[in-house]
Amino acid sequence: MAEYQNIFTRVQVRAPAYAGVPLPADGGTGGRFGKPFFVHLLGIFGDAQVGPIYLGWTGLTSLLFGFIAFEIIGLNMWASVNWDPIQFVRQLPWLALEPPPPAYGLHFPPLNEGGWWLIAGFCLTTSLILWCVRMHRRAKAHGMGTHTTWAFASAIWLYLVLGFIRPVMMGSWGEAVPFGIFPHLDWVGAFSLRYGNLFYCPFHMLSIAFLYGATLLFAMHGATILAVSRYGGERELEQIADRGTASERAALFWRWTMGFNATMESIHRWGWWFAVLCPLTGGIGILLTGTAVDNWFLWAVKHHIVASYPQVFPMLVDPASLPAGKP
Amino acid sequence: MNGSAIRGFINRRVIDTGSRRLPQLLAFGVILAILSGCERPPTDTIQRGYRGVAQGLVYNPRIVKDQEAANAIPVALPQLPGGGPAAGSVFKNVQVLGNLSTGEFTRTMLAMTSWVAPKQGCAYCHNTANMASDELYTKVVARRMLQMTQHINADWKTHVAATGVTCYTCHRGEPVPANIWFTDPGPETADEAGNHGGQNMPSPATGYTSLPYDPFTTFLDSSTADANDIRVISNTALPSGDRKSIKQTEWTYALMMHMSESLGVNCTYCHNSRSFASWEASAPPRVTAWYGIRMVRDLNHSYLDPLSSTFPPVRHGPLGDNPKLNCATCHQGVYKPLFGNSMLKDYPQFAGPIAAPVATPDASPASAPGNAPATPATTRSDDDSVMAKDKPKPS
Repeated sequence: MAEYQNIFTRVQVRAPAYAGVPLPADGGTGGRFGKPFFVHLLGIFGDAQVGPIYLGWTGLTSLLFGFIAFEIIGLNMWASVNWDPIQFVRQLPWLALEPPPPAYGLHFPPLNEGGWWLIAGFCLTTSLILWCVRMHRRAKAHGMGTHTTWAFASAIWLYLVLGFIRPVMMGSWGEAVPFGIFPHLDWVGAFSLRYGNLFYCPFHMLSIAFLYGATLLFAMHGATILAVSRYGGERELEQIADRGTASERAALFWRWTMGFNATMESIHRWGWWFAVLCPLTGGIGILLTGTAVDNWFLWAVKHHIVASYPQVFPMLVDPASLPAGKP
Repeated sequence: MNGSAIRGFINRRVIDTGSRRLPQLLAFGVILAILSGCERPPTDTIQRGYRGVAQGLVYNPRIVKDQEAANAIPVALPQLPGGGPAAGSVFKNVQVLGNLSTGEFTRTMLAMTSWVAPKQGCAYCHNTANMASDELYTKVVARRMLQMTQHINADWKTHVAATGVTCYTCHRGEPVPANIWFTDPGPETADEAGNHGGQNMPSPATGYTSLPYDPFTTFLDSSTADANDIRVISNTALPSGDRKSIKQTEWTYALMMHMSESLGVNCTYCHNSRSFASWEASAPPRVTAWYGIRMVRDLNHSYLDPLSSTFPPVRHGPLGDNPKLNCATCHQGVYKPLFGNSMLKDYPQFAGPIAAPVATPDASPASAPGNAPATPATTRSDDDSVMAKDKPKPS
């Protein structure tokens, strides 16, 4: 028999559905509609209550453009296996919608030579931006800060650099990423190979540090709050305003173990900035690649970043540089 | 539910969460299913480059054990005493091996039969009523392949070193080697959409990546190889007009995946992954591989392609082209074909064109044409003491 002890329990408590606070602007519901209902399965992962929801024109148009992009990508994948449903499922991780060949530059190519990719990319970009606008408007309507908007915008920045800004600067849609599961991963490998190892790009280094840093911070924070939830530590907002024993214990724990602690308030800024800076710095690195730097390894050699190792193998000479390329 | 409602429930509501056994069993089953696609550990890692630069080879001893069994060289046929006169003076229409003694010639024919057509026998190539006849296409092809083998061993020591190759290196008892390639027309697609751009389908040729599935026509075929540069990595730190694209890089990447799969090695067998382009940081096999690419182009251009009309349509690819070879044709998943065991010491007639008649049947190794002390190429991997470690240990 499990006991309900605090809001971090796995036990589900059913209370009457909650319609949400009245909006500060007009005191109304802000266009929320639908009768709320409960799903036990969802309650295992989060709140069991579904609805009421709000869509609005930004939500509706975003879903519409997203659906069009999804359909163009999916139907092109299906067409690439000649409309065979079994092969579509079997090969799905390999299938893709490819950007135009580099020969087309920035021109609009025939539909089946990248035209579909351009249309899908436009629709997906529109969908993402509309959803970002929607997040901003909802946050404003609820009297919230717009932190989520800017975090999402940071991810959209990286997406735009990869699929739009950098290809335009390079003068070729062919530089952009394909839509596909394995194909976009192979593209990443090829990108780093072509430009001499992206690991030597300082902005890529920063992006990785923020990526792993954000997950580390989230793990530390999640663990800390779970560990002090028995003292009410999960009521973080209350703890910020009125520090209790949960906050004190959490702070003392980190001071003991690593000599420094964030606060109930600042840990969220740490996490937010790390998460936002990951795609922000990554986007800068991608943007510089091919436009300002053509080979990151050679660039790093030039700037004395590259370590030197003892020569273990006999020094090789490029055989193509020998007078007789053939024996 | 507001705050006071939550507090009201604390320490009051007690709910049975029910049995969790079924989900746990299901999760265990899913994990097992996912792991079933993996190789069973442990694996052996052999360090080759300087420590810390990840230039190591990873081997699964159980797979290597199977490979060693599959790559054992066949027992050499006994040399016949008293070889007799030159085969060319006894038999008609002996164009390549005419300078061998009759006995050694017969032994060679028997060996070739056991390597290439053990089930089919002499009649696979010969009209048994008239052995000199060229009426079967297989005999014409076999003669050209003999010349090709001699050409490889004599002129491509930069790749095959003194180890060399014989018919068995590729054929392994099959009339058609297991690993040949044709230009791949790709899967059938719809007309209006679904252009896959020569990639994005699971292909064994490139290690089941989504990379271009036919890098061979692009890089290893005679007509296009010279026009398509394999090198895509920029030579300058800052942009200087190099317009090689990411898509182009994927084609090179695909060829490299083929080489990796064919040799059963990872990228770092040849490259230092911090700079794939740098020759200074690369391992010696990269030079051997560089010559290998040129050798394959040469063989496809000079030997396989001219046989296009000799091969009957049943031996042609889907686009009507002749069979061609690539790295896998000889290597068959092993870093050195047949784990570097040379068959030339028993069959020196394959080491190069036979210039003079072999007078004595018990040809001493020094006088046999194949065992003439060849000047070892400075690039061949056998000369490198570091490479002595690279043969995987049997488990």
